[in-house]
Amino acid sequence: MSVTLAHAEPSLAGVGDYLELMKPRVMSLVVFTAFVGLVIAPGRIHPVIAATALLCIAVGAGAAGTLNMWYDADIDARMARTAARPIPAGRIAPGEALAFGLTLATGSVVVLGLLVNVAAAALLALTIAFYVVVYTMWLKRTTPQNIVIGGAAGALPPAIGWAAATGSLAVEPLVLFLIIFFWTPPHFWALSLFRCQDYARAGIPMLPVVAGEAQTRWQILLYSLILAPLGAAPWLLGYAGALYGVVALAAGAAMIVLALRLRGEGAGETTNRHSASKRLFSFSILYLFLLFAMLLVDRAAAGLLGHIA
Amino acid sequence: MTAMDAAMNDANNGAKYEPKPEPGVRLTPAQLRARRARSIAIALALGVLVVLFYIVTLVKGPGVLIRPL
Repeated sequence: MSVTLAHAEPSLAGVGDYLELMKPRVMSLVVFTAFVGLVIAPGRIHPVIAATALLCIAVGAGAAGTLNMWYDADIDARMARTAARPIPAGRIAPGEALAFGLTLATGSVVVLGLLVNVAAAALLALTIAFYVVVYTMWLKRTTPQNIVIGGAAGALPPAIGWAAATGSLAVEPLVLFLIIFFWTPPHFWALSLFRCQDYARAGIPMLPVVAGEAQTRWQILLYSLILAPLGAAPWLLGYAGALYGVVALAAGAAMIVLALRLRGEGAGETTNRHSASKRLFSFSILYLFLLFAMLLVDRAAAGLLGHIA
Repeated sequence: MTAMDAAMNDANNGAKYEPKPEPGVRLTPAQLRARRARSIAIALALGVLVVLFYIVTLVKGPGVLIRPL
């Protein structure tokens, strides 16, 4: 008896396609915030162990991005922004992406647990599971609060970095968690305002699609009003110096001004109607980078002063 | 006819000899190149893991598997 096996077309996927699956830009922000969590943690960590922790966190973030692209390939194909991704473009088969993502997820958590510590590995596993199962598979397609709750996954990396250095958690990494958590909605809703048609076509219930642009602008302002003082919390709570406080307050004020302008933009229908949302989206990236960079500067300055004294 | 005779016949009729195409999937040059690049990337990743475990073992010393929970 002969058995005919159906063969999939042999893959033409290059290494670059697999790297693209890992969402390198998101990964770089994850690694940066985890690095800050690791550096500001008390105690000393060997540079090799610190580098190993960051490598595992980067690979874990890549795994989450890969599994997200595997599950969302159908909606990615319907959106202009994501149609050229490796799976909807046909360069990588869904099964290959799933196997790649699961391998990376398992490998990153196991290696982090073996070489760094179990607490950091558990947090990394929680982050990947939350992003893939809770955000991607459940919330993203069902509620306009998708990125609010799902934002917890993106907010965890500083806590993973802290746990890698100390083996436990404390109030400081939780403050950093809250900053990213409340930063996520204004950031993504600003994006969704000028990509509203795309999300509507893909059937994703983003806030502007479900509740309208005016409500989204109002929500962005509300979250920015919470974010601005929260951004200064590390200084107010005594975890960071005055320089951090000044930068955080100034950047928070700028965020509120941009959110107010965005709210004002809704009234007048100009030809360049999404310029305020694009400006807020770009500034929100700078805002988060500035705050975390200032934490690094603050810690380096404190270390230098301690060394001199 | 022995196997040796058959081989001699094949050699004498070399011009007429055409190897049978092998069954299975035949990769195009582009697919071969892509597979080679992927294989090299996997080998590099495994190499990095081996070196990483070796270095961390040196850093942590003999107590590498002993850690408080």
